[in-house]
Amino acid sequence: MCTTCGCGTGEVKIDGADAHHEHEHVHADGTRHSHDHGHGGAAHDHPHTHGHSYAPAHSHAPGIGAKRMVQIEQDILAKNNAYAAQNRQRLAARGIFTLNLVSSPGSGKTTLLCKTIELLKGARSVTVIEGDQQTSHDAERIRATGAPAIQINTGKGCHLDAHMVGHAMEKLELPADSLLMIENVGNLVCPAAFDLGEAHKVVILSVTEGEDKPIKYPDMFRAATLMLMNKCDLLPYLSFSVPRAIEFARRVNPGIEVIEVSATTGQGMEDWLAWIDRQAAVARRAA
Amino acid sequence: MSLAEGVLQLIEDAARQQEFAKVTAVWLEIGALSGVEVEAMKFCFDAVTRDSVADGARLEIIALPGSGWCMACSMTVPMSEVFGECPQCGGYQLQVTGGTEMRVKELEVV
Repeated sequence: MCTTCGCGTGEVKIDGADAHHEHEHVHADGTRHSHDHGHGGAAHDHPHTHGHSYAPAHSHAPGIGAKRMVQIEQDILAKNNAYAAQNRQRLAARGIFTLNLVSSPGSGKTTLLCKTIELLKGARSVTVIEGDQQTSHDAERIRATGAPAIQINTGKGCHLDAHMVGHAMEKLELPADSLLMIENVGNLVCPAAFDLGEAHKVVILSVTEGEDKPIKYPDMFRAATLMLMNKCDLLPYLSFSVPRAIEFARRVNPGIEVIEVSATTGQGMEDWLAWIDRQAAVARRAA
Repeated sequence: MSLAEGVLQLIEDAARQQEFAKVTAVWLEIGALSGVEVEAMKFCFDAVTRDSVADGARLEIIALPGSGWCMACSMTVPMSEVFGECPQCGGYQLQVTGGTEMRVKELEVV
Protein backbone atom coordinates (compact mmCIF):
# COMPACT_ATOMS: atom_id res chain seq x y z
CA MET A 1 0.00 0.00 0.00
CA CYS A 2 0.95 3.58 0.07
CA THR A 3 2.19 3.18 3.60
CA THR A 4 5.04 1.35 1.89
CA CYS A 5 5.68 3.46 -1.18
CA GLY A 6 5.20 6.79 0.61
CA CYS A 7 3.29 8.48 -2.17
CA GLY A 8 1.50 11.70 -1.33
CA THR A 9 -1.76 13.35 -2.27
CA GLY A 10 -2.08 16.85 -3.67
CA GLU A 11 -0.83 17.99 -7.06
CA VAL A 12 -3.69 16.12 -8.71
CA LYS A 13 -4.60 17.51 -12.12
CA ILE A 14 -7.50 16.57 -14.37
CA ASP A 15 -6.71 17.47 -17.96
CA GLY A 16 -4.22 19.98 -16.63
CA ALA A 17 -6.59 21.77 -14.21
CA ASP A 18 -6.27 21.65 -10.43
CA ALA A 19 -8.73 19.26 -8.81
CA HIS A 20 -8.67 20.56 -5.25
CA HIS A 21 -11.42 22.74 -3.84
CA GLU A 22 -12.19 22.59 -0.17
CA HIS A 23 -14.24 25.52 1.10
CA GLU A 24 -15.62 26.93 4.29
CA HIS A 25 -19.23 27.77 5.17
CA VAL A 26 -20.34 30.28 7.75
CA HIS A 27 -23.90 29.70 8.92
CA ALA A 28 -26.31 32.43 10.00
CA ASP A 29 -25.74 31.55 13.64
CA GLY A 30 -22.01 32.04 13.23
CA THR A 31 -20.95 28.37 13.27
CA ARG A 32 -18.35 27.49 10.69
CA HIS A 33 -17.41 24.30 9.01
CA SER A 34 -15.38 23.36 5.98
CA HIS A 35 -15.88 20.42 3.67
CA ASP A 36 -14.98 19.04 0.29
CA HIS A 37 -17.43 19.37 -2.57
CA GLY A 38 -19.69 16.48 -3.43
CA HIS A 39 -20.13 15.38 -7.01
CA GLY A 40 -23.81 16.27 -7.18
CA GLY A 41 -23.32 18.90 -9.88
CA ALA A 42 -25.71 21.83 -9.91
CA ALA A 43 -27.81 20.45 -7.06
CA HIS A 44 -24.91 21.28 -4.72
CA ASP A 45 -25.75 18.58 -2.21
CA HIS A 46 -23.26 17.74 0.51
CA PRO A 47 -23.48 14.04 1.07
CA HIS A 48 -20.43 13.57 3.31
CA THR A 49 -20.20 13.90 7.01
CA HIS A 50 -19.06 17.16 8.46
CA GLY A 51 -19.13 18.06 12.10
CA HIS A 52 -21.18 21.02 13.32
CA SER A 53 -20.00 22.66 16.45
CA TYR A 54 -22.77 23.85 18.77
CA ALA A 55 -20.56 24.86 21.66
CA PRO A 56 -20.83 26.38 24.13
CA ALA A 57 -24.65 26.05 24.42
CA HIS A 58 -24.41 22.44 25.54
CA SER A 59 -20.81 21.46 25.98
CA HIS A 60 -20.37 18.66 28.46
CA ALA A 61 -16.67 18.67 29.12
CA PRO A 62 -15.82 16.16 31.81
CA GLY A 63 -13.33 18.50 33.41
CA ILE A 64 -10.35 20.16 31.83
CA GLY A 65 -7.40 17.90 31.18
CA ALA A 66 -9.33 14.67 31.84
CA LYS A 67 -8.60 11.93 29.36
CA ARG A 68 -11.47 10.12 27.72
CA MET A 69 -11.89 7.45 25.09
CA VAL A 70 -13.69 8.04 21.81
CA GLN A 71 -14.97 5.04 19.84
CA ILE A 72 -14.39 5.41 16.11
CA GLU A 73 -14.77 1.90 14.62
CA GLN A 74 -14.32 3.19 11.09
CA ASP A 75 -12.47 1.73 8.17
CA ILE A 76 -9.41 3.74 7.13
CA LEU A 77 -10.62 3.65 3.55
CA ALA A 78 -14.14 4.74 4.57
CA LYS A 79 -13.89 8.11 2.84
CA ASN A 80 -12.73 6.63 -0.45
CA ASN A 81 -15.38 3.92 -0.20
CA ALA A 82 -18.11 6.54 0.29
CA TYR A 83 -17.00 8.37 -2.88
CA ALA A 84 -16.82 5.04 -4.71
CA ALA A 85 -20.38 4.16 -3.66
CA GLN A 86 -21.50 7.54 -4.98
CA ASN A 87 -19.74 6.96 -8.31
CA ARG A 88 -21.22 3.46 -8.56
CA GLN A 89 -24.73 4.78 -7.96
CA ARG A 90 -24.38 7.49 -10.60
CA LEU A 91 -22.99 5.02 -13.14
CA ALA A 92 -25.69 2.42 -12.45
CA ALA A 93 -28.43 5.03 -12.81
CA ARG A 94 -27.29 5.64 -16.40
CA GLY A 95 -26.59 2.00 -17.24
CA ILE A 96 -22.85 2.61 -17.63
CA PHE A 97 -20.64 -0.46 -17.25
CA THR A 98 -17.26 0.40 -15.74
CA LEU A 99 -13.99 -1.51 -15.65
CA ASN A 100 -10.86 -0.54 -13.71
CA LEU A 101 -7.78 -1.75 -15.62
CA VAL A 102 -4.76 -2.36 -13.44
CA SER A 103 -1.26 -3.69 -14.12
CA SER A 104 2.41 -2.90 -13.79
CA PRO A 105 3.85 -0.23 -16.08
CA GLY A 106 4.53 -1.50 -19.59
CA SER A 107 2.06 -4.40 -19.66
CA GLY A 108 0.42 -2.95 -22.76
CA LYS A 109 -2.75 -1.56 -21.13
CA THR A 110 -3.07 1.42 -23.44
CA THR A 111 -2.41 -0.55 -26.63
CA LEU A 112 -4.94 -3.17 -25.52
CA LEU A 113 -7.44 -0.43 -24.78
CA CYS A 114 -6.94 1.24 -28.19
CA LYS A 115 -7.46 -2.12 -29.89
CA THR A 116 -10.59 -2.80 -27.81
CA ILE A 117 -12.07 0.58 -28.74
CA GLU A 118 -11.38 -0.06 -32.44
CA LEU A 119 -13.10 -3.44 -32.29
CA LEU A 120 -16.11 -2.02 -30.44
CA LYS A 121 -16.60 0.80 -32.92
CA GLY A 122 -20.23 0.92 -33.96
CA ALA A 123 -21.26 -1.65 -31.35
CA ARG A 124 -20.73 0.18 -28.07
CA SER A 125 -19.53 3.66 -27.18
CA VAL A 126 -16.47 3.76 -24.97
CA THR A 127 -15.17 6.57 -22.77
CA VAL A 128 -11.80 6.44 -21.05
CA ILE A 129 -10.34 7.91 -17.87
CA GLU A 130 -6.55 7.72 -17.97
CA GLY A 131 -4.44 7.80 -14.82
CA ASP A 132 -0.71 8.55 -14.89
CA GLN A 133 1.62 10.46 -12.63
CA GLN A 134 2.57 12.85 -15.43
CA THR A 135 1.85 13.64 -19.11
CA SER A 136 -1.30 13.28 -21.16
CA HIS A 137 0.30 10.96 -23.74
CA ASP A 138 -2.08 8.10 -23.01
CA ALA A 139 -5.25 10.22 -23.25
CA GLU A 140 -3.96 11.54 -26.58
CA ARG A 141 -3.43 7.98 -27.84
CA ILE A 142 -7.00 7.09 -26.83
CA ARG A 143 -8.46 10.24 -28.44
CA ALA A 144 -6.69 9.29 -31.66
CA THR A 145 -9.00 6.25 -31.84
CA GLY A 146 -12.00 8.58 -31.75
CA ALA A 147 -13.07 7.77 -28.16
CA PRO A 148 -13.43 10.63 -25.66
CA ALA A 149 -10.75 10.48 -22.96
CA ILE A 150 -9.73 12.52 -19.96
CA GLN A 151 -6.35 12.43 -18.27
CA ILE A 152 -5.87 12.49 -14.51
CA ASN A 153 -2.32 13.26 -13.43
CA THR A 154 -1.81 12.06 -9.89
CA GLY A 155 1.43 14.03 -9.37
CA LYS A 156 3.20 12.18 -6.57
CA GLY A 157 0.25 9.81 -6.05
CA CYS A 158 0.66 6.21 -7.12
CA HIS A 159 -2.99 5.34 -7.73
CA LEU A 160 -6.36 6.80 -8.69
CA ASP A 161 -8.91 7.29 -5.92
CA ALA A 162 -12.70 7.52 -6.11
CA HIS A 163 -12.70 11.28 -5.48
CA MET A 164 -10.53 12.04 -8.53
CA VAL A 165 -12.59 9.69 -10.69
CA GLY A 166 -15.83 11.38 -9.55
CA HIS A 167 -14.49 14.71 -10.78
CA ALA A 168 -13.32 13.25 -14.06
CA MET A 169 -16.81 11.75 -14.56
CA GLU A 170 -18.28 15.24 -14.16
CA LYS A 171 -16.08 16.58 -16.94
CA LEU A 172 -16.87 13.76 -19.35
CA GLU A 173 -20.23 13.50 -21.01
CA LEU A 174 -20.82 9.82 -20.42
CA PRO A 175 -23.46 8.46 -22.80
CA ALA A 176 -26.14 6.26 -21.21
CA ASP A 177 -25.61 2.49 -21.58
CA SER A 178 -21.96 2.99 -22.57
CA LEU A 179 -18.71 1.45 -21.42
CA LEU A 180 -16.35 3.41 -19.16
CA MET A 181 -12.77 2.16 -18.99
CA ILE A 182 -10.55 3.51 -16.25
CA GLU A 183 -6.86 2.89 -16.90
CA ASN A 184 -5.22 3.08 -13.50
CA VAL A 185 -1.67 4.21 -12.78
CA GLY A 186 0.79 1.40 -13.65
CA ASN A 187 1.30 -0.14 -10.21
CA LEU A 188 0.42 -3.59 -8.88
CA VAL A 189 0.30 -2.53 -5.23
CA CYS A 190 -1.72 0.52 -4.17
CA PRO A 191 -4.58 0.54 -6.73
CA ALA A 192 -5.76 -2.78 -5.25
CA ALA A 193 -7.04 -1.06 -2.12
CA PHE A 194 -8.89 1.81 -3.79
CA ASP A 195 -12.41 1.12 -5.03
CA LEU A 196 -13.28 3.63 -7.77
CA GLY A 197 -16.91 2.59 -8.19
CA GLU A 198 -16.14 0.12 -10.97
CA ALA A 199 -18.04 -3.10 -11.67
CA HIS A 200 -14.81 -5.12 -11.89
CA LYS A 201 -11.07 -4.77 -11.69
CA VAL A 202 -9.31 -6.36 -14.65
CA VAL A 203 -5.63 -7.11 -14.08
CA ILE A 204 -3.33 -7.29 -17.08
CA LEU A 205 -0.24 -9.48 -16.87
CA SER A 206 1.99 -9.51 -19.92
CA VAL A 207 3.97 -12.66 -20.67
CA THR A 208 7.20 -10.65 -20.74
CA GLU A 209 6.86 -10.29 -16.95
CA GLY A 210 7.48 -13.00 -14.37
CA GLU A 211 4.87 -15.73 -14.12
CA ASP A 212 5.03 -15.49 -10.30
CA LYS A 213 3.73 -11.90 -10.23
CA PRO A 214 0.35 -13.05 -8.85
CA ILE A 215 1.98 -14.33 -5.67
CA LYS A 216 4.44 -11.42 -5.48
CA TYR A 217 1.57 -8.90 -5.63
CA PRO A 218 -1.30 -11.01 -4.25
CA ASP A 219 -3.59 -8.15 -3.22
CA MET A 220 -4.08 -7.01 -6.78
CA PHE A 221 -4.76 -10.46 -8.17
CA ARG A 222 -7.18 -11.12 -5.33
CA ALA A 223 -9.06 -7.87 -6.08
CA ALA A 224 -9.46 -8.64 -9.80
CA THR A 225 -12.28 -10.62 -11.43
CA LEU A 226 -10.41 -11.22 -14.68
CA MET A 227 -6.76 -11.60 -15.63
CA LEU A 228 -5.84 -10.75 -19.21
CA MET A 229 -2.59 -12.37 -20.23
CA ASN A 230 -1.29 -9.94 -22.81
CA LYS A 231 1.44 -10.12 -25.50
CA CYS A 232 0.73 -13.83 -26.02
CA ASP A 233 2.12 -13.53 -29.57
CA LEU A 234 5.58 -13.39 -27.95
CA LEU A 235 5.23 -16.74 -26.14
CA PRO A 236 7.36 -18.68 -28.68
CA TYR A 237 10.35 -16.46 -27.81
CA LEU A 238 9.98 -16.65 -24.02
CA SER A 239 10.27 -19.25 -21.29
CA PHE A 240 7.01 -18.02 -19.71
CA SER A 241 4.73 -20.86 -18.61
CA VAL A 242 1.06 -19.95 -19.02
CA PRO A 243 -0.23 -22.83 -16.82
CA ARG A 244 2.14 -21.85 -14.01
CA ALA A 245 1.02 -18.20 -14.16
CA ILE A 246 -2.63 -19.32 -14.01
CA GLU A 247 -1.85 -21.66 -11.12
CA PHE A 248 -0.20 -18.79 -9.18
CA ALA A 249 -3.16 -16.49 -9.90
CA ARG A 250 -5.70 -19.10 -8.71
CA ARG A 251 -3.63 -19.65 -5.57
CA VAL A 252 -4.42 -16.11 -4.42
CA ASN A 253 -7.84 -15.95 -6.08
CA PRO A 254 -9.42 -19.35 -6.81
CA GLY A 255 -12.27 -17.71 -8.74
CA ILE A 256 -10.24 -15.51 -11.12
CA GLU A 257 -11.05 -15.86 -14.83
CA VAL A 258 -8.21 -15.83 -17.37
CA ILE A 259 -8.15 -14.85 -21.05
CA GLU A 260 -5.00 -15.05 -23.18
CA VAL A 261 -4.80 -12.12 -25.58
CA SER A 262 -2.49 -10.25 -27.91
CA ALA A 263 -3.38 -6.67 -28.76
CA THR A 264 -0.91 -6.89 -31.67
CA THR A 265 -2.27 -9.97 -33.48
CA GLY A 266 -5.83 -9.77 -32.16
CA GLN A 267 -5.60 -13.23 -30.57
CA GLY A 268 -8.20 -13.73 -27.82
CA MET A 269 -9.78 -10.33 -28.40
CA GLU A 270 -13.12 -11.94 -29.29
CA ASP A 271 -13.20 -13.74 -25.94
CA TRP A 272 -12.37 -10.49 -24.14
CA LEU A 273 -15.17 -8.60 -25.92
CA ALA A 274 -17.58 -11.46 -25.18
CA TRP A 275 -16.57 -11.28 -21.50
CA ILE A 276 -17.37 -7.53 -21.49
CA ASP A 277 -20.78 -8.20 -23.09
CA ARG A 278 -21.59 -10.94 -20.62
CA GLN A 279 -20.56 -8.97 -17.55
CA ALA A 280 -22.31 -5.79 -18.75
CA ALA A 281 -25.51 -7.81 -19.16
CA VAL A 282 -25.12 -9.23 -15.63
CA ALA A 283 -24.57 -5.72 -14.24
CA ARG A 284 -27.66 -4.40 -16.06
CA ARG A 285 -29.83 -7.16 -14.65
CA ALA A 286 -28.52 -6.49 -11.15
CA ALA A 287 -29.22 -2.75 -11.37
CA MET B 1 1.14 7.37 3.26
CA SER B 2 -2.39 7.90 1.96
CA LEU B 3 -3.64 5.33 4.49
CA ALA B 4 -1.99 7.36 7.26
CA GLU B 5 -3.70 10.45 5.83
CA GLY B 6 -6.97 8.50 5.90
CA VAL B 7 -6.43 7.82 9.60
CA LEU B 8 -5.79 11.52 10.24
CA GLN B 9 -8.95 12.47 8.32
CA LEU B 10 -11.05 10.17 10.50
CA ILE B 11 -9.45 11.68 13.61
CA GLU B 12 -10.07 15.24 12.42
CA ASP B 13 -13.71 14.44 11.59
CA ALA B 14 -14.15 12.99 15.06
CA ALA B 15 -12.44 16.02 16.62
CA ARG B 16 -15.00 18.33 14.99
CA GLN B 17 -17.97 16.16 15.91
CA GLN B 18 -16.95 15.29 19.44
CA GLU B 19 -15.17 18.51 20.35
CA PHE B 20 -11.76 17.49 21.52
CA ALA B 21 -8.57 19.42 20.97
CA LYS B 22 -5.87 16.83 21.37
CA VAL B 23 -5.45 13.12 20.74
CA THR B 24 -2.98 11.30 22.98
CA ALA B 25 -3.35 7.76 21.64
CA VAL B 26 -4.81 6.00 18.61
CA TRP B 27 -5.73 2.30 18.34
CA LEU B 28 -5.68 0.78 14.87
CA GLU B 29 -6.86 -2.71 14.02
CA ILE B 30 -4.66 -4.11 11.27
CA GLY B 31 -5.33 -7.54 9.84
CA ALA B 32 -2.46 -9.85 8.93
CA LEU B 33 -3.76 -10.04 5.34
CA SER B 34 -4.57 -6.34 4.89
CA GLY B 35 -1.29 -5.58 3.13
CA VAL B 36 -0.50 -2.81 5.61
CA GLU B 37 3.14 -2.61 6.59
CA VAL B 38 2.96 -1.77 10.29
CA GLU B 39 6.42 -0.18 10.52
CA ALA B 40 5.68 1.99 7.49
CA MET B 41 2.31 2.97 8.96
CA LYS B 42 3.98 4.08 12.21
CA PHE B 43 6.54 6.15 10.32
CA CYS B 44 3.94 7.78 8.06
CA PHE B 45 1.56 8.37 10.98
CA ASP B 46 4.19 10.44 12.78
CA ALA B 47 4.88 12.40 9.60
CA VAL B 48 1.26 13.23 8.70
CA THR B 49 0.11 14.05 12.25
CA ARG B 50 2.76 16.68 12.83
CA ASP B 51 1.06 19.99 13.78
CA SER B 52 -2.37 18.32 13.81
CA VAL B 53 -4.70 17.41 16.71
CA ALA B 54 -2.85 14.09 16.86
CA ASP B 55 0.67 15.54 17.03
CA GLY B 56 2.73 13.28 19.27
CA ALA B 57 -0.06 10.75 19.76
CA ARG B 58 0.91 7.18 20.63
CA LEU B 59 0.01 4.69 17.92
CA GLU B 60 -1.15 1.30 19.17
CA ILE B 61 -1.55 -1.47 16.62
CA ILE B 62 -3.97 -4.29 17.35
CA ALA B 63 -2.84 -7.11 15.07
CA LEU B 64 -5.68 -9.37 13.93
CA PRO B 65 -4.93 -12.86 12.65
CA GLY B 66 -5.73 -13.96 9.13
CA SER B 67 -8.16 -16.75 8.44
CA GLY B 68 -9.64 -18.41 5.42
CA TRP B 69 -12.24 -20.98 4.39
CA CYS B 70 -10.71 -24.07 2.84
CA MET B 71 -13.06 -25.46 0.22
CA ALA B 72 -11.44 -28.87 0.27
CA CYS B 73 -11.57 -29.28 4.07
CA SER B 74 -14.83 -27.30 4.51
CA MET B 75 -13.46 -25.51 7.53
CA THR B 76 -11.98 -22.20 8.65
CA VAL B 77 -8.19 -22.34 8.93
CA PRO B 78 -5.54 -19.80 9.98
CA MET B 79 -3.72 -17.99 7.16
CA SER B 80 -0.55 -15.93 7.38
CA GLU B 81 -0.30 -14.91 3.71
CA VAL B 82 -2.94 -14.13 1.13
CA PHE B 83 -1.52 -16.84 -1.12
CA GLY B 84 -0.93 -19.26 1.75
CA GLU B 85 -1.77 -22.92 1.62
CA CYS B 86 -4.21 -24.75 3.87
CA PRO B 87 -2.35 -26.06 6.96
CA GLN B 88 -4.68 -29.12 6.94
CA CYS B 89 -4.59 -30.34 3.37
CA GLY B 90 -1.87 -28.20 1.73
CA GLY B 91 -4.26 -27.03 -1.02
CA TYR B 92 -4.73 -23.49 -2.26
CA GLN B 93 -8.52 -23.46 -2.54
CA LEU B 94 -8.79 -20.87 0.21
CA GLN B 95 -11.09 -17.86 0.44
CA VAL B 96 -9.92 -15.21 2.87
CA THR B 97 -12.55 -14.71 5.59
CA GLY B 98 -10.70 -12.59 8.16
CA GLY B 99 -7.58 -10.51 8.61
CA THR B 100 -8.11 -7.85 5.94
CA GLU B 101 -9.17 -5.21 8.48
CA MET B 102 -7.66 -1.73 8.58
CA ARG B 103 -9.79 0.24 11.00
CA VAL B 104 -9.44 3.10 13.44
CA LYS B 105 -10.86 1.50 16.60
CA GLU B 106 -10.69 4.19 19.26
CA LEU B 107 -8.90 7.29 20.45
CA GLU B 108 -7.73 8.59 23.80
CA VAL B 109 -8.40 12.32 23.80
CA VAL B 110 -8.08 15.32 26.08
